[in-house]
Amino acid sequence: MPVAILLWCVLAYLLVAAFSVGLAKRPFTTSVVYAATALISVVACVTALFCLNSSQIATLRLPLGLPWLGASFHIDALSAFFLVVVNLGTAAASAYALGYGRHETSPERVLPFFAAFLAGMNLVVLADDAFTFLLAWEFMSLTSWALVLAHHRSPENIRASYIYILMASFGTFALLLAYGLLAGPAGHYGFDEIRAHHPDALYSVLVLGLVLIGAGSKAGLVPLHVWLPLAHPAAPSHVSALMSGVMTKVAVYAFIRIVLDLLGPPAWWWGVVVLGLGGITSLMGVLYALMQHDLKRLLAYHTVENIGIIFIGLGLTLAFRANGLMATAALALTAALFHVFNHSIFKSLLFFGSGAILTATGERDMEHLGGLIHRMPLTAFAFLVGCAAISALPPLNGFVSEWLTFQAILLSPELSQWGLKLIVPAVGAMLALSAALAAACFVKAFGITFLGRARTRAAEAAKETDRFSLAVMFGFAAICLLAGILPGFVIDAIAPAVQIILGGHMPHQASVPWLSIVPIAQNRSSYNGLLVFMFIAISASMSAYAIHVLASKVVRRAPAWDGGYPEKSPLTQYTAGSFAQPIRRVFGTLIFRARERVEIPPPGDTRPAKIEVNLEDVIWDVLYAPISGSIAFLADRLNVLQFLTIRRYLTLVFGALVVLLLAIAIWR
Amino acid sequence: MLLVVLLAPLITGLIRKMKARLLRRQGPPLLQPYRDLSRLLHKEVVLAENASWLFRAAPYLIFATTWVAAALVPTFARGLLFSWTADLIALVALLGSARFLLALAGMDIGTSFGGIGSSREVMIASLAEPAMIMIIFSLALLAGTTQLSGIAQYMVSPDVGLRVTLGLALVSLIMVGIAENARIPVDNPATHLELTMVHEAMILEYSGRHLALIELAASLKLLVYLSLIVCVFLPWGIAPAAGAGIDFAIGAAAFAAKLTVACFGLAIFETAIAKMRVFRVPTFLGAALMLGLLGALLLFVSRGL
Repeated sequence: MPVAILLWCVLAYLLVAAFSVGLAKRPFTTSVVYAATALISVVACVTALFCLNSSQIATLRLPLGLPWLGASFHIDALSAFFLVVVNLGTAAASAYALGYGRHETSPERVLPFFAAFLAGMNLVVLADDAFTFLLAWEFMSLTSWALVLAHHRSPENIRASYIYILMASFGTFALLLAYGLLAGPAGHYGFDEIRAHHPDALYSVLVLGLVLIGAGSKAGLVPLHVWLPLAHPAAPSHVSALMSGVMTKVAVYAFIRIVLDLLGPPAWWWGVVVLGLGGITSLMGVLYALMQHDLKRLLAYHTVENIGIIFIGLGLTLAFRANGLMATAALALTAALFHVFNHSIFKSLLFFGSGAILTATGERDMEHLGGLIHRMPLTAFAFLVGCAAISALPPLNGFVSEWLTFQAILLSPELSQWGLKLIVPAVGAMLALSAALAAACFVKAFGITFLGRARTRAAEAAKETDRFSLAVMFGFAAICLLAGILPGFVIDAIAPAVQIILGGHMPHQASVPWLSIVPIAQNRSSYNGLLVFMFIAISASMSAYAIHVLASKVVRRAPAWDGGYPEKSPLTQYTAGSFAQPIRRVFGTLIFRARERVEIPPPGDTRPAKIEVNLEDVIWDVLYAPISGSIAFLADRLNVLQFLTIRRYLTLVFGALVVLLLAIAIWR
Repeated sequence: MLLVVLLAPLITGLIRKMKARLLRRQGPPLLQPYRDLSRLLHKEVVLAENASWLFRAAPYLIFATTWVAAALVPTFARGLLFSWTADLIALVALLGSARFLLALAGMDIGTSFGGIGSSREVMIASLAEPAMIMIIFSLALLAGTTQLSGIAQYMVSPDVGLRVTLGLALVSLIMVGIAENARIPVDNPATHLELTMVHEAMILEYSGRHLALIELAASLKLLVYLSLIVCVFLPWGIAPAAGAGIDFAIGAAAFAAKLTVACFGLAIFETAIAKMRVFRVPTFLGAALMLGLLGALLLFVSRGL
């Protein structure tokens, strides 16, 4: 029944997409389409929420697709959890777009693909056989690709979408091979059949590698992340929010479904691989983000960091599970899933905020913004909550999932293998480092964009954004706070999904007195977001009251003090680049080969002094440039083959045939 | 809780006095910080023209988060009523929230001083915070808990012994404490020379009651770190959870003595050493981070060290 409802929702999305193809140019279509998708998303989200509670597996088989296979769909607690995340994000994005979408110059390029994209993401999570899964996956990739290319006049977007489509097809190809290995010679394509037949050790390793490439490239694991910071910002902001906040989570779902569910018992060193990748991803992601001054690109790089944190949780799950420590594995998986939920909320919120800034000023570059807190106070408040949440500050939600991850790390001396013992503390240090750097990064993002004085006319003339956008942003900010102060309910909601993967889950949290969360035991560690929040609120109001009674109430407005020599021009403020300079000098010289060159003209010369900063993307240079270079080289060489005479073609074919026959003869 | 707030300026005054005496100066009287605070409270607030609501709300929130963090550290007795609300990791994160707000407030007016302060502060924090987390790892792995009262209890119990990890953690914690509280050699609390300011640069635009709150929060943070070091590494004399009146008296006396010793140590250290160049600070903190990591790694490899 729930599967049928969700499939009807998918069909409704597709109908909306079809409807909008013809009518996109009409003025009312935009509102109708977004209202419809918001409504459908709400229905789907509520259905998924019920499935999460009922924790039973529902399946449905449709006579579509391959004739002997059909298309099977299912919904268990894990899919239900991800469906909630997906549809919550899509509902918010649709509602946000009710206001934001009005500014779209070419809605006919966005509307049909938007609805189809939502259908694609739901289908991936619903799929119950390899064929349907891959079809839905590719559908999701292609529709999102079309959205990246919505504003196709700018050369930057063309490059972004080109790299995206290459990486996406490569990823799907890897997943195709992974499913091929899972299906085996007998051709088990249904997930139930795959689950019943575990591949042998060598094939399992190959499948793990292929899934890391396929799902990892979609999620943005370093070094497969290169397309993500290009493609996510290129799309319209509500689509960026979906791609960053939701589509990457579908990729995480694919990883969990295949590696933790279908693949069978893990070997211990899989944990090492996934942990290492997660740690590197989180650290590199945040360092890249710190170097950016394009707001949306900064947010996109930050998605890379958060994916790293999620994969650290998943790596710990694999490690604990391989050692049979199911309770701890449940803790690690809960932490990862909690972070999936959190990230989908605050990253969408931040992208919505950047969209509001984009409509208000037409700028994505932080160096051209500043002082927006005066012109857009409500957006600024919601954005600030998102920034604090993503920087893992208590009492908001980002802190809880990182706290759970730390708790899982602290239990890892129980692991018996040396490789794990050595890598886990190192990954813990990376996680701590990336959490601290994330705070630095969002001080920069918020400070440069919203605080200080306006750096350009556009920033000076900004207006507060529309009501729909504000309502959605405030809703998500409220969820950030609620999930932070009442984390026990979220953990309990995740429990069925963890149960289905690991056969165990964290202790029930809602029954703990005072609504604390206690991962293992009371005397070991506990955290109570509600009380922390109340304490902060009470002591802040107490001190405010005391100050009000005791202290002078006089306020005088005066020009800024600035050490006695105030400088009128807003250009003398710290910029995004100068803010990041100390961190660039500490970390960037090694990782980005950052070089600064200061050029000061000699006395008497009136030329301005110049500072030049040079950053290199080492991963691109080392990994991608050689590959694309060698492909171009080979293509050039093989180009000769297109201009042969008929005799030479015949000789070529004959030669190829002989070589192949010889090969077969020798191989047999 | 109120007690720590009342005590905090005294510590600042004590350190100032000791430093002055070490330089053979008379030094300000011990109670000078209280006088400063009350004078600031009675002065008017001079707000910059383009200050936003964030600038005005930040001092209260900074003070509140620091205060909550201070309430989580056992000073002279172990049985804190709400110690289960948040553990050490949450405590560090709470101080992180305070710093996040302070760094934002520094950028609010849009002066280059504010920017320089915030930018350096987050650079220092980006290394000090992970180092702190690594220290917490070491302590938590030893004591089997991240609750501070649990750690303190473990530290007074006989099965602690002399451990390499604890030594590394202590050195690392002192280094982090110095950096976090803007003391010499990382930052100079007495300077107003533009190139050397970090903390002072961020609060340059504050005045009146706002400044008083931020100064109080800074003293409070110093007290938090001192009591953290004292509670974890010198736990002797701390009153048990269900102690009698005499236990608390002993605990309080011991706490006062320990704090005085710690202040004296800090004063000597600050007098003896010169301030570092800003870009040598990462080396200093990197060492703290590595020490912390080494300590945690030793525990992962062998529970006995």
